[in-house]
Amino acid sequence: MSRDRTVDVLVIGAGPAGLALAARLAGAGAGRVEVLEREQDAGGVPRHCHHGGFGGPVRPWLTGPAYARRAVRAATAAGATVRTGVSATGWAGPLTLETTSPAGLERIAARAVVLATGARERPRSARLVPGSRPAGVLTTGELQQSVHLYGQDIGRRAVVVGAEPVARHAVRTLRRAGAEVVAVITERSRGTAVPGVPLLTATTVAELRGRGRLSGVALRHEDGRCGLLACDTVVFTGDWIPDHELARRGGVALDPGTRGPCTDASFRTSVPGVFAVGNALHGVERAATAAGEGDAAADPVLARLAGAPWPDPGPPLVVRAPLLWVTPNRLTDVVGRPLLLRSAEPLTAPVLTAAQDGRLLWRRRVPARATSSRSLTLPPGWTDRVDRSGGPVVLAIG
Amino acid sequence: MTVTATTAVTTGGALPGGEYDVTVVGAGVVGAAIARELARFPLRIALVDASDDVGDGTSKANTAILHTGFDAVPGSLESRLVREGHRLLAAYAAESGIPVEPLGALLVAWDDEQLAALPGLAEKAVRNGYRAARIIAADEVRAREPELGPGVLGALDVPGESIICPWTTTLAYATQAVRAGVDLHLNCRVQKVTSGETHALATSRGPLRTRYLVNAAGLYADEIDRLLGHADFAVTPRRGQLIVFDELARGLVRHVLLPVPSALGKGVLVSPTVYGNVMLGPTAEDLDDKTDTGSTAEGIALLREKGRRILPALLEEEVTAVYAGLRAATGDDDYAIRAHPAQRYVTVGGIRSTGLTASMAIAAHVVELLADGGLPVAGARELEPVRMPNLGEAFLRPYRDAELIARDPEYGRIVCHCERVTRGEIRDALASAVPPGSPDGLRRRTRARGGRCQGFHCGAAVRALFEEARR
Ligand SMILES: Cc1cc2nc3c(=O)[nH]c(=O)nc-3n(C[C@H](O)[C@H](O)[C@H](O)COP(=O)(O)OP(=O)(O)OC[C@H]3O[C@@H](n4cnc5c(N)ncnc54)[C@H](O)[C@@H]3O)c2cc1C
Ligand SMILES: Cc1cc2nc3c(=O)[nH]c(=O)nc-3n(C[C@H](O)[C@H](O)[C@H](O)COP(=O)(O)OP(=O)(O)OC[C@H]3O[C@@H](n4cnc5c(N)ncnc54)[C@H](O)[C@@H]3O)c2cc1C
Repeated sequence: MSRDRTVDVLVIGAGPAGLALAARLAGAGAGRVEVLEREQDAGGVPRHCHHGGFGGPVRPWLTGPAYARRAVRAATAAGATVRTGVSATGWAGPLTLETTSPAGLERIAARAVVLATGARERPRSARLVPGSRPAGVLTTGELQQSVHLYGQDIGRRAVVVGAEPVARHAVRTLRRAGAEVVAVITERSRGTAVPGVPLLTATTVAELRGRGRLSGVALRHEDGRCGLLACDTVVFTGDWIPDHELARRGGVALDPGTRGPCTDASFRTSVPGVFAVGNALHGVERAATAAGEGDAAADPVLARLAGAPWPDPGPPLVVRAPLLWVTPNRLTDVVGRPLLLRSAEPLTAPVLTAAQDGRLLWRRRVPARATSSRSLTLPPGWTDRVDRSGGPVVLAIG
Repeated sequence: MTVTATTAVTTGGALPGGEYDVTVVGAGVVGAAIARELARFPLRIALVDASDDVGDGTSKANTAILHTGFDAVPGSLESRLVREGHRLLAAYAAESGIPVEPLGALLVAWDDEQLAALPGLAEKAVRNGYRAARIIAADEVRAREPELGPGVLGALDVPGESIICPWTTTLAYATQAVRAGVDLHLNCRVQKVTSGETHALATSRGPLRTRYLVNAAGLYADEIDRLLGHADFAVTPRRGQLIVFDELARGLVRHVLLPVPSALGKGVLVSPTVYGNVMLGPTAEDLDDKTDTGSTAEGIALLREKGRRILPALLEEEVTAVYAGLRAATGDDDYAIRAHPAQRYVTVGGIRSTGLTASMAIAAHVVELLADGGLPVAGARELEPVRMPNLGEAFLRPYRDAELIARDPEYGRIVCHCERVTRGEIRDALASAVPPGSPDGLRRRTRARGGRCQGFHCGAAVRALFEEARR
């Protein structure tokens, strides 16, 4: 009993990536471009990032909400339809999404579907942190929404777990909500310190304590020392995972490294007509990176609408430890944009190699620093040496 | 006779005066079932619980299987009540909308010793009145569960085992009881009992008087017993830790995968849940602390090791929850249900690992014991049926129900995206006969905030709705 409709391009997710793509497509005359957003307001994660730091390199930076508003305006001004309060819940066919909204159920067929569903932080349970299950245990996403969108009370004494950049936002949000941040804790040997907050490195949260409300966290240092920190709030930050559920339900192949849809350099997934962009591909990057991917996907989507064939998947692009992942994940055609590469361990100016079937394609020192939360960008020139019918292309440090 | 029901759920302040005919201590699945059974009679009944919600003890944290009782101790009270309870609850669930999925179970043998135990288990099932169990060969097991790890030697097929929603079960009993006029007093811990012509209970909310008393206090049943001068059993909390995997894992498993029990206990199972997840557990650890429902690093590691053998692909999936429940073990192999007619008192103790299944049969048995002890039980009536909101993934959920959304668009407004819980459902739960006492209680009524993101996306919104309703 759902209504059936057809559009030209259906974009799932009105965050920076989906909105940037919709703006470009609608501006280029792609026909009916519809963006679905399950939240009541469009804009994605920046809606609840009340700090500056968004947008292009032209300063001053925008705050998240201002950036979100600007992105929504740009998409609608270009002629895209942005529908909020609409959830894509599953697939009714290869290029047909099922949706739920207060207006009822719909089946929306499209000539091209783009997954721009973003990413989330792994919560305490997914990190298998033992202990009791008290209130006061959050992710940064929940914290920011609680404080910035709902003005809710947060506790008085907080511990932040993780020392990626997002931890700094958590600290700032906690302070703004009137909580004292007693420590930032990271398993890693290094982390970015926040002024005025002790940084405990090589430390894990061994257990959460408290009934009803959190009363403290038990800590264990790498060298075996243990301790207990009294607190009523703990925020688990970082540890991103793409929101890949819709992709999986649609039979879209995932990359084992990113856990996002496996795509080629044109953002094409394993399912003809289905593209993926933004954090859905790789977990959190800067908003400008996500928007840049959306922007760059416009040409391949337009090509698809014009009848371009969906190429056979080329060789997979894989990484060796300590490298964690790379995007794109397949090499079907010459890559025109820098590749994004993430490492589990900090690397300064690493020498990187790319090889295929034992043949060295490329070897270069990349003059930049990578961390577990900051990607390296690799020049794509060497990808024209890849044998499209060869075996996996391996990126390694060497 | 007509009983005019004014529904009463109280959560604070002094308790009503006068004398109750019967008071049930403990609003777990067992106590709620007893209160519901008693509600059929023209009696003044109270159901009291120390917690801010019903089903907040062991009843919220179990493996949620509707057992056939095939593996009970033949001839025990538990064997009979589980068998009867299975039948009663299956019928009640169908009538009241409690999700049940009759998946069947496979007791999988992984070594020769386990394989050799299967015929004995099949024979025990028959002695427990269950005749449908049969042994199947390794290739059939593999055909029916293609994702099982290597090394399967055979299995006992128990087609009658089902999975059920434990939260809705307790809630349905409590709702029906409250609608039929039972007073439910929450945040009401029984601290002392003085018995004479009536029982005078001292509670954390002041005095309460009652002629008959039923002790369904779960882990604390021995302590309540002691208040009345009995010391014939002691409860040892036996912790069971569990890991719940994401809904995307649901395709990996089709049956309840039971281990072959050994001398060390029932062992670790893998089972789908009615919410569409997959559960791995439980552990079995005897503790001293009746409040220690925490998980431990060792417990989680043990479960992962066992799970990797049973269903290797499961370990690759995201975890949505880790929790623990405490079984009320007594050192005895049977329930400790004792009537003390002279005291107008019944103890329902030692309801260890089958209490959800047996709940309705336990309730009927307890009411018989009360009647034998002099409780007037004439004038029974049919209770007004309840229809509970559906939490089961195998049945039509509001977000997929076009007609429902057309009637009320709030059922089309998804608030919790991972579990697809709508504002309409949250609104209904907050306004229901037995409203939630906390966001966790709301989760048990709707699934809101119970999914893979654990609140990253919806936590603040759900809390806002909860707090708004409380204002
Ligand atoms: C705490 C925090 C601080 C940050 N600070 C900065 C910063 O200072 N500067 C910066 O540049 N970047 C920052 N970022 C990163 C930035 O927010 C992200 O890179 C950007 O939002 C990613 O855009 P996206 O479109 O890929 O995903 P998102 O912004 O996550 O948007 C995805 C959208 O898809 C919707 N969606 C998902 N599934 C469905 C579905 N099934 N149906 C309908 N809709 C769906 C979601 O509701 C969401 O709105 C920060 C991120 C966080 C979490
Ligand atoms: C890990 C595990 C797995 C299980 N799996 C299954 C299964 O698959 N199938 C099945 O049928 N059963 C299963 N069970 C068993 C089932 O969960 C229990 O038998 C059942 O929940 C017991 O219910 P109850 O009402 O007796 O206890 P509870 O639910 O613990 O209720 C007792 C109540 O009494 C209250 N109380 C205690 N002291 C006081 C006081 N002084 N004053 C006021 N109130 C008080 C408590 O707050 C509590 O709410 C399992 C149990 C565990 C732990």
